[in-house]
Amino acid sequence: MNFVPKMNRRSFLVGSAAVAGGGLALGIDLPSASAQGATPELGVWVVVKPDDSVVVRIVRAEMGQGTITGLAQLVAEELDADWSKVSYEHPTPGESVRRKRAWGSYSTGGSRGIRESHEYVRQGGAAARMMLVQAAANEWKVPVGEVTASAGVLTHKASNRTLTYGKVAEAASKLPVPEKPALKDPKDWKIAGKPMKRFRAVDKVTGKQVYGADFKLPGMLNATIKESPVFGGKVKSFDAAKVAGMKGVKKVLQVGDTGVAVVADTWWQAKVALDALPIVWDEGPNAKVSSASIAEILKEGLNAEQAFVGNQAGDAKAAIASAAKKIEAVYSYPYQNHAPMEPMNATARYTPERCEVWVPTQDGEASFAAVLAASGLPADKCEVHMLDLGGGFGRRGAFQDYVHQAVRIAKEMPGTPIKLLWSREEDMAQGRYHPVMMAKMVGAFDKDNNLTGLHIRLSGQSILASVRPQVLEQEKGRDPLTFQGLFQTGEHSFSYTIPNLLIDHAMRNPHVPPGFWRGVNINQNAIFMECFMDELAQAAGQDELEFRRKLLGNHPRNLAALNAVAEKIGWGKPAPAGIHRGLAHMKAFNAYVAGAAEVSVTGGKLKVHRIVAATDPTFAVNPAQIDRQVAGSFVYGLSALYYQECTIKDGRVVELNFDTYDSMRIAQMPKVESIIMPSGGSGPWGGIGEPTICVAAPAVMNAYFKATGKRIRSFPLKNHDIAMA
Amino acid sequence: MVALTINGQSHDVDVDPTTPLLWVIREQVGLTGTKYGCGVAQCGACTVHVDGQAVRSCSMPVSDAAGKKITTIEGLAVGGKLTKVQEAWVAADVPQCGYCQCGMIMAVSALLAEKPKPTDKDIDETITNICRCGTFQQVREAIHAAANA
Repeated sequence: MNFVPKMNRRSFLVGSAAVAGGGLALGIDLPSASAQGATPELGVWVVVKPDDSVVVRIVRAEMGQGTITGLAQLVAEELDADWSKVSYEHPTPGESVRRKRAWGSYSTGGSRGIRESHEYVRQGGAAARMMLVQAAANEWKVPVGEVTASAGVLTHKASNRTLTYGKVAEAASKLPVPEKPALKDPKDWKIAGKPMKRFRAVDKVTGKQVYGADFKLPGMLNATIKESPVFGGKVKSFDAAKVAGMKGVKKVLQVGDTGVAVVADTWWQAKVALDALPIVWDEGPNAKVSSASIAEILKEGLNAEQAFVGNQAGDAKAAIASAAKKIEAVYSYPYQNHAPMEPMNATARYTPERCEVWVPTQDGEASFAAVLAASGLPADKCEVHMLDLGGGFGRRGAFQDYVHQAVRIAKEMPGTPIKLLWSREEDMAQGRYHPVMMAKMVGAFDKDNNLTGLHIRLSGQSILASVRPQVLEQEKGRDPLTFQGLFQTGEHSFSYTIPNLLIDHAMRNPHVPPGFWRGVNINQNAIFMECFMDELAQAAGQDELEFRRKLLGNHPRNLAALNAVAEKIGWGKPAPAGIHRGLAHMKAFNAYVAGAAEVSVTGGKLKVHRIVAATDPTFAVNPAQIDRQVAGSFVYGLSALYYQECTIKDGRVVELNFDTYDSMRIAQMPKVESIIMPSGGSGPWGGIGEPTICVAAPAVMNAYFKATGKRIRSFPLKNHDIAMA
Repeated sequence: MVALTINGQSHDVDVDPTTPLLWVIREQVGLTGTKYGCGVAQCGACTVHVDGQAVRSCSMPVSDAAGKKITTIEGLAVGGKLTKVQEAWVAADVPQCGYCQCGMIMAVSALLAEKPKPTDKDIDETITNICRCGTFQQVREAIHAAANA
């Protein structure tokens, strides 16, 4: 199943707001040319300029994951473009509304940027090529079948004539756009599938790249904000007079019921004033909640009568009751924050006639919906300009709280552009956190040490209950996303065949707001499942790889990924002195991933030397960027494993900066060797940005057990006085 | 008024002398390649050179930088010609989101000025910038490539 319904709240909001606001209803003329004025489009995806440069118009976001480069490769491949002349731009969400979502979804999360748009962007490139070929045939008055296209050049071989794309683009743009053009066989790819470099690297290494935090407009003022540190609290009062006279301060204002902002000439002035501003909070009913009180609620759920079932076969409870041997363990996973390097921000300019926002966003349409809601203006008076992101990791997609805030502040100062930038402390205090989860794992063996039953009881927080409650309504209260990697079917399905199986979830939702954090629920589910598989194998006295292999017969792609990492790490062969190995695998976001780690533990210090990672995403659009996503995901995932927990005390987050919420440095970086093993075929493509993140932690923890004989079942490791070398 | 020399140019800025150098560079001088990440000298996104030393500018009062030679990321490529570190960064396609990379490059440039052929141990001890995207494997590769360029 697809966990994200096609008609989700965001698209509903955009659609209905557009209609209510009169955009589509008033029949705004669809522009016949693209946003840059005279330059004609060839379909909606491709603009070829007279100088032969090619602009791919594309709406997914770029936050370092390389999606835009990959999508442009797919378009350029079918276009037979000269790659050196290809660049990209983002059509605005306003243009998308006017043109009936011609570019599809803007949402760049769930590792769906490429896997859910590859077909239509390739068709866009192919259609544009056909238009160019037709235009050349018309120009030369020859049959269209005699014209070929390659690397931006059209050729009529019989007459030895050539034209570059730019020469016929104008004429081509007037031709009808072919529907459902045939696509190339990926075997024939020359641009897609190749290790092209990311766009804009030079700007990134020279400081020229403008992130949201860097964006400027003439006459702009700077703002910063504090929301109630206790989630669910409100502003009771604040003493604006205390800071109103401070240098540069222009305005001190309440934002909604829950926030207070200072607007000043510079951001630093705004921050100094906000820090000095006396604010009294009505902390509400959650002011006494702590990590310990939350843990008690989750522990109760581990043995609760009622739970939502995510996966079931046979009768696990009976198998456990009649087991010759029973193994049981309880794991737990903490709250974690995204902490992208660039704190949340948005720049807004409001007048009663128009509201515009410039924002680093993972979902331009979600930002657009937030502008509509916060400004109260109709769609045809709103616009969002997407800026590249200084990291997203799931914080900047479904959640647009900072856009709401920026527009509300700008609305109080009509005509003046306002850049709202959060402090790091605000970013840590106002996250949409990786949810807390515990798992009670019970495995049953018969007298011959065959695994006859498994019960996984999850107890903890649902993301969708808070973010997409309509999914729970459809699911009779269940959150299917909780079961990522463990579900019966679909893109996150369970990979083992166990005769008696029960995986269920006691939903316990504390007041801390949860969110989609790179990988989402596979982070904890892979640790629960794959560490416990090692516990089971060891209880049965079997090799951990062999034990898994016996249960993977029905899941050949998982097995292939696992075998690939086992072979490359040297599983079964002697390891160097002091080195210990562990492995793990999973299916997530329709990709089949596995990891194997080599670690040593010396004097209480854990060193991860090497991780071999395999991924089968069906097709690999850019192997160099996949390499980087795999290695990068381990930095994000292992930082969480080692250091990261958002502790709750007095209803609020304790860790407010990187001094208490640490992140891995280059010294801790293991050597990562990735195996990209696309198996092809006509099935769904797998994601890249998230799936592999989940295999690092269990592989490392399984190796840690081999090194020490100690099984760690709660995280992060710093809580166990384990240092990271 | 505080007198600053940034990338060879003089700037007289009218700010509270306790203002961090980072914010003066970004807001009064208008150079935004130097990034705000944490404000507490943890992440290194704000790294600049002050008299040749890598400094986390978020935690240096601007008054301490007065009269000293300050270089930001914008001051590295003279006349548009990338330095060998920047060249190595582009060749290895290091940046992912890129937000931390200016600070990373400033830290590495200072390291190479002091130790032209750093060992992996030198790198581990000196380059302590945070990168949440996780570019470290390419960062290390690019440092060695720049050292050998």
